[in-house]
Amino acid sequence: MRNAVGREIPDYLLTNGREVYQGKNYKDGQYIKKASPTVRRGEKPVEDKLCQTIREACEKCGAHDGMTFSFHTEFRDGDYVASMVCKVLVEEMGLKDLHVAATSLGSAQDIFADYMEQGIIVEAQTSGVRGRIGEVISAGKLKNPAIIRSHGGRPRAVEAGEVHIDIAFLAAATSDCCGNAKGTGGKNNCGSMGFANHDSHYADHTVIITDTLVPFPNLPSSISCIDVDAVCVVEAIGDPKKIATKEARMTDNPRELMMAENVAKVIAATPYFKDGFSFQTGVGGPSLAVNRFLEEHMRKQNIKMSFALGGTSSAICALQDKGLVDYILDTQDFDQGAAAHLFTNPHHVEIDLSEYANAANKGAYVNKLDYVVLSALEVDTKFNVNVITGSDGVLRGAPGGHPDTAAGSKCCIIVTPLTRGRMATVCKDVVTVTTPGDCVDVLVTDYGIAVNPARQDIIECLDQAGIKHVAIESLQEKAYSLVGEPEPLQWEDQVVAIVEARDGTILDVVKKVKPFSFE
Amino acid sequence: MLIEKSAMAGTLESSDAQVTVEPAEGLELNIQSSVLNQYGHQIKATILETLNRLEVTAGKVTVIDKGALDCTLKARVECAVFRSCGKSESNIPWGGVIND
Repeated sequence: MRNAVGREIPDYLLTNGREVYQGKNYKDGQYIKKASPTVRRGEKPVEDKLCQTIREACEKCGAHDGMTFSFHTEFRDGDYVASMVCKVLVEEMGLKDLHVAATSLGSAQDIFADYMEQGIIVEAQTSGVRGRIGEVISAGKLKNPAIIRSHGGRPRAVEAGEVHIDIAFLAAATSDCCGNAKGTGGKNNCGSMGFANHDSHYADHTVIITDTLVPFPNLPSSISCIDVDAVCVVEAIGDPKKIATKEARMTDNPRELMMAENVAKVIAATPYFKDGFSFQTGVGGPSLAVNRFLEEHMRKQNIKMSFALGGTSSAICALQDKGLVDYILDTQDFDQGAAAHLFTNPHHVEIDLSEYANAANKGAYVNKLDYVVLSALEVDTKFNVNVITGSDGVLRGAPGGHPDTAAGSKCCIIVTPLTRGRMATVCKDVVTVTTPGDCVDVLVTDYGIAVNPARQDIIECLDQAGIKHVAIESLQEKAYSLVGEPEPLQWEDQVVAIVEARDGTILDVVKKVKPFSFE
Repeated sequence: MLIEKSAMAGTLESSDAQVTVEPAEGLELNIQSSVLNQYGHQIKATILETLNRLEVTAGKVTVIDKGALDCTLKARVECAVFRSCGKSESNIPWGGVIND
């Protein structure tokens, strides 16, 4: 069945009430019944919940064949815990038919790719896929199609019972002997534990894995001991230096800075830019750089930001320290500066992914967001965005909060160069739709700005401010004139991944790529 | 032009292509590219067209493409061919054949 973004969704996927994407806010106002975990009573007083080994903790929590385990990826490429745990489950305990519920999957979990190829991991649900795991899934080697969910879609699916987590293994910078845990104060800090907290409420079992055991009670904590079954102390939980990878860098590229400057101009030209506005940037070079240029406009108009949302960088912390940002609502820290800043300012607080972006709670913070600035691998002339598949059709990206913030914000700005090498970023049809065009308002490229025709109000604002803009089709034509028109990718029939919209409907599917042939 | 000896042009940097030509009986073309799925046929056509303009009918041509634009591909192929037949020492006919 064809969905609202024109994608053909195979009918065999539309079972158990699953629908195709119908447009934004389709399920607004509906009632849902939340799932609940089955938990073990800790009635009898115990001195502590410490386990000597991860295996002991797994056994205590009833690890079994076919179970779903989860972990968070606040350490990004520096995460040690997911691989450490998975190795124990597979190689020490010999478990099979494992289901993974991750906040992301990347090079830190490369070992999962082996287990997928061996048929030991049979299912994966994640908000991002990078590295070898993406290649293995794209080659059709994971038994069941992977499910790609946004950061808001993940807690929605957990609360709806579509994902039932048997054991959550949560890395924590510090914990006490009973499981009061957080992402700060230890040897290796990730800062916000926003990716982890929600799992501790919905998993049947929660195991805290830390390298810094602190005296009881470790308060205030992100994860409460009442949700924790076991605590394991290991040598190191991750390498915080690897949190700031190339996806999270501050650019000095003049082209990216020019785009960032233009984004700031667009923001300053729209009516939401007034005292008390709210703002979020993605982690790409030009979007992160917008923070730099925004300050100037804020000072000129003598206004302050009420809150900055989502993934947090040192740039936004610096704005808060200058008194220009009231609250930072932090789900994830992109660098060590931001991780260290968390809690030091009482208005720099942690929120979990449901509070951040879940479309099925009573109103997440994204619903109060004025501006979001995001990157893209591709944008098409319908303003649909792809952030999950490369131009070769292989999974190598992460929707993260992209679809949630785009849908929730009053003004969603995509910033991206027109071409990357020979790839046309602005194209006729994106390979995979991860954020639907009805949620995207403005596109800023190094060759010009385009506004979604659905937003005549923004078009008028830019015209009044004298900011030039063009039709998105002319940007696409310019891109093709530079790099040539790409040939459509060739696919097999096998669906290797399902891209779920934030409301749980199916936005798109990723199929197995056919190897290229000159014939 | 006749490919007399092995020669190379270009780099493996992003947006460039490395072209190697070697003497051979017939024309043998080997293409690797980071953008093969979307541009493979265009890359092949550009290389064959350039070799044709240079009147190269025999040789082993290996292209490792890192997303180069057509103009870059043409320049790299032309340069590798010139280097293979002593045309690159002096009075280089840059673009002469290509632009005709």
